[in-house]
Amino acid sequence: MIPELGQFALILALCLAVTQAILPLVGAARGQERLMRSGTFLATGQFVFLAIAYAALTYAFVTSDFSVRYVTQNSSLALPIQYKVTAVWGGHEGSLLLWVMILAAWGVAVAAFSKALPREMLARVLAVMGMVSVGFLAFTVFTSNPFVRLIPMPGDGTDLNPLLQDPGMIAHPPLLYMGYVGFAVVFAFAIAALLGGRLDAAWARWSRPWTTVAWVFLTLGIGMGSWWAYYELGWGGWWFWDPVENASFMPWLTGTALIHSLAVTEKRGGFKTWTLMLAILTFALTILGAFLVRSGVITSVHAFATDPERGVFILGMLAVTLLASFILYAIRAPKVGLGGGFGWYSRESLLLANNALLAVACAAVMIGTLYPLVLDAFSMSKISVGPPYFDAVFMPLMLPLLFLIGIGPMVAWKQSDPVQTYRQLRYVLLVSVLLGGVWPLTMGAWSPMTALGLMLGAWIILTAVLDLRNRMVRRRARGVGAMVRGVLQPSYLGMHVAHVGLALVVIAIAMVNTYEVERDTRMAPGETVSVGGYDFTMLAVGPVQGPNYDAQRANILVTRNGREVALLTPEKRNYFSQPGMPMIQASLQRSPLRDLYVSLGEPLDQHAWIVRLYYKPYMFWMWTGGILMALGGLLAAADRRYRLKPREADVTQKRAAAGRPAAGEVS
Amino acid sequence: MLRYGLPLVVIVAVLGLLFVGLGIDTRTLPSPLVGRDAPAFEMEELRDPGRTLTEADLKGGVSLFNVFASWCYSCRAEHPYLLEMAKQGVTIYGLNYKDTRRDAERYLRSGGGDPYEWIGFDPEGRVGIEWGVYGTPETFVVDRHGVSRFKHVGPLHPRLIEEKILPLVAELEAES
Amino acid sequence: MRSSRWNAPPVAAALAVALVLGLWSVTGPDGAAQAGRIPVGMPLEFETEEQEQQYRRLIRELRCTVCQNQALDESNAGLAADLRGQIYDMTLEGNSREEIVEFMVARYGDFVLYRPPFRADTFMLWIGPFLLLIAGGLVWAQVVRQRQAMARSRELSPEERAALERLERDE
Repeated sequence: MIPELGQFALILALCLAVTQAILPLVGAARGQERLMRSGTFLATGQFVFLAIAYAALTYAFVTSDFSVRYVTQNSSLALPIQYKVTAVWGGHEGSLLLWVMILAAWGVAVAAFSKALPREMLARVLAVMGMVSVGFLAFTVFTSNPFVRLIPMPGDGTDLNPLLQDPGMIAHPPLLYMGYVGFAVVFAFAIAALLGGRLDAAWARWSRPWTTVAWVFLTLGIGMGSWWAYYELGWGGWWFWDPVENASFMPWLTGTALIHSLAVTEKRGGFKTWTLMLAILTFALTILGAFLVRSGVITSVHAFATDPERGVFILGMLAVTLLASFILYAIRAPKVGLGGGFGWYSRESLLLANNALLAVACAAVMIGTLYPLVLDAFSMSKISVGPPYFDAVFMPLMLPLLFLIGIGPMVAWKQSDPVQTYRQLRYVLLVSVLLGGVWPLTMGAWSPMTALGLMLGAWIILTAVLDLRNRMVRRRARGVGAMVRGVLQPSYLGMHVAHVGLALVVIAIAMVNTYEVERDTRMAPGETVSVGGYDFTMLAVGPVQGPNYDAQRANILVTRNGREVALLTPEKRNYFSQPGMPMIQASLQRSPLRDLYVSLGEPLDQHAWIVRLYYKPYMFWMWTGGILMALGGLLAAADRRYRLKPREADVTQKRAAAGRPAAGEVS
Repeated sequence: MLRYGLPLVVIVAVLGLLFVGLGIDTRTLPSPLVGRDAPAFEMEELRDPGRTLTEADLKGGVSLFNVFASWCYSCRAEHPYLLEMAKQGVTIYGLNYKDTRRDAERYLRSGGGDPYEWIGFDPEGRVGIEWGVYGTPETFVVDRHGVSRFKHVGPLHPRLIEEKILPLVAELEAES
Repeated sequence: MRSSRWNAPPVAAALAVALVLGLWSVTGPDGAAQAGRIPVGMPLEFETEEQEQQYRRLIRELRCTVCQNQALDESNAGLAADLRGQIYDMTLEGNSREEIVEFMVARYGDFVLYRPPFRADTFMLWIGPFLLLIAGGLVWAQVVRQRQAMARSRELSPEERAALERLERDE
């Protein structure tokens, strides 16, 4: 009964979404206030019904209702309760339900936080979001209904994929979907602006916080996925350039470009058509990601069990989205002005370079991801494109970008002087080069690529510090309060925090790629092995019993110079649902400068086991960097000017534009 | 026109590619061995440990070379079809892949018969690597000169046998 | 069904049921079921440092063909363990990296290479991103030149500026 209620709610939500896609748009076209306002109610109603559907599915999981096929496929009686709740998004159908529910939640948020928007604009935005909802809801209802019953009802389910039975997996998909779906909001703003023909600074200002928040969630989602892969897959990898990872990375790259191009659009009225194009492309890339993961067109570790019919549906959705937006764009974009002029060396020109590099980087990832498909489609040959390719192609594109991050915030809008920048930054440059040269020596053999990475990381951090200092110095005359306020201005601080976060990630990658120590050993209880200056002693290996698995657990004592550092307990688990396919549960000890990482392999003769030991330097910086990037985005989105009524904000902006040219903010 | 035409062309091309991609089987790999001499090997016969088999034993007539194992579930599914083909006079050689003699013999006894002329015993999978075996079952069609002409990965099924394998065997037999 | 001889046997029927329930993938080869020679993480002896480097690099850059998308390095599949054994043996026998790669490609095809070869049909794969980078640079230069001209024409009247904008956009 409850599952049928859920299904009913799902269908009602679809009906409301159809209405939401039409009524507000008609209202905006005819200037009918009541129709325009209906968008808010419809969005709320849609969310309520989807929440009911979602609750119904959760209820089926919690009560182990195996008459629901999706529950049978993704749960079991022995599955711990917290994973029963998260197993709702452990498979294709349920994760899609989560997706549409989050989409509806964003719709409610837009309706709630956009009181300052002109009514026509809000109506159009909600209508476009309704259209997106219709696409995904129809997809759910017609091809991927999670409430389908199973007859006869089995006595137990086949269990959730053991890889997903992990806390990291609880947070990863919702964060990622928050990001994906957040870009649907940005898309809706772009399309609404095109429909209304209103493409001014106000439009950019409304879009910016939504874009930034979506980007924050996508950043966190990708970071969480990487963090999860790092300890859960058991062999210490954190990025595989797998097609599914690339599918989330491509919209992240264009989304990052969009954040920067929106800055130009808001501050200087420039790059409007390009900004629109990026908003459309980023959303299209999130659909492409769904296609790649859910259609089976590409072989990946993360892909859902697939079905060609679903692939056709998503592809249709992608085609409609792209072609319709593109036609609209082709009609409206030529009427959009170009904004102000600027010199070859200016904030605008550097942001343009940033966008060009990010767009090319995204294209490179796309080429690598889809190229095997191209060859296959023409029956030429089957090839694989993996990490060696992406490392070789992606890194050279990133280096100039990282260098520009240091300069960009220092350069004035419109026109600046490279000689002046050089004078400002020459000492920072010198210190960065020295630091990059010396830092690797603390780790071992010197390597040029590591030195380059560390130099760029140091460069970004030091230029950010210098810029903060300069800003304070400029405001010294106006008192301590003005100094502090200037530095703490959220959008400005957010920019630097995010950049420093990226720098930390770069440093971590440079360090761990070069100085990671990996040691395969055979260990029996009582034996000691040294890696990276740490002594690993195996104390014992014994059986442990989990709720839906049994395991062998090793106790490995780590000491350094005789002092205890950690007791690590890697496991090798046999889930009852997957006999003969043991899962590795690695054990880590994290600290700011290095992680110690132990995986338990196969048992050998007698009491000995295969053990893989890792010393992974600076991994902590990677996760810290990811969090800082997200934090920077949150700060930027929290800036006061986004919460002002349009007229006030215009005044504030004019005042800012009239102020010192070098102190503008781009976050 | 370049400004709008070019992106449109790219978009349509990518969409078209993805659509074509949907129809592609991304899991089976073409074998580079097809059209080339069967790889050299030397291994014991499964049922007759004294006998040594080499690539020369594949020559002289058209045959199927079938990779199987007792632990392979889908091999059981195709076993009846192999028996049926053997009954019709198709020569079938076997490669018992990563198995033990005892298990393999029990498998053949329980499967309702033994369709194989000879069976190579490859307990460590070394001959399998020479043949580019990446899963079981796999079936090659080998011509009289010992050149492999066709490869199928996964269990044989009636349509494949009737539409592809039997006609190919007949065609190869007609070749001089 | 032209011939009743090829009717599905009971086992196949059971498989079909399993497939419907999504419990079993019938088309997938059973590659992972058997343990192989060198399990993941097995400590190995090498004669020289170079041999060890070569082995480690190869198992990172070669793909496990039965797996979804995994290098030999981390795969628990039986075949991956056997191929690690093959690479290990060949390395100890003194084969170079190129010889081992050639051996694998001859048996499993280009699919085993995570670093695709550079040849006519992968030309665009390797060169494409850098061509795009050049194109991006040209677009940057073009846009900047245009905007520089706009910045210089600031003294013009709004109508004149609009006319200039139109002119530049249509070029």
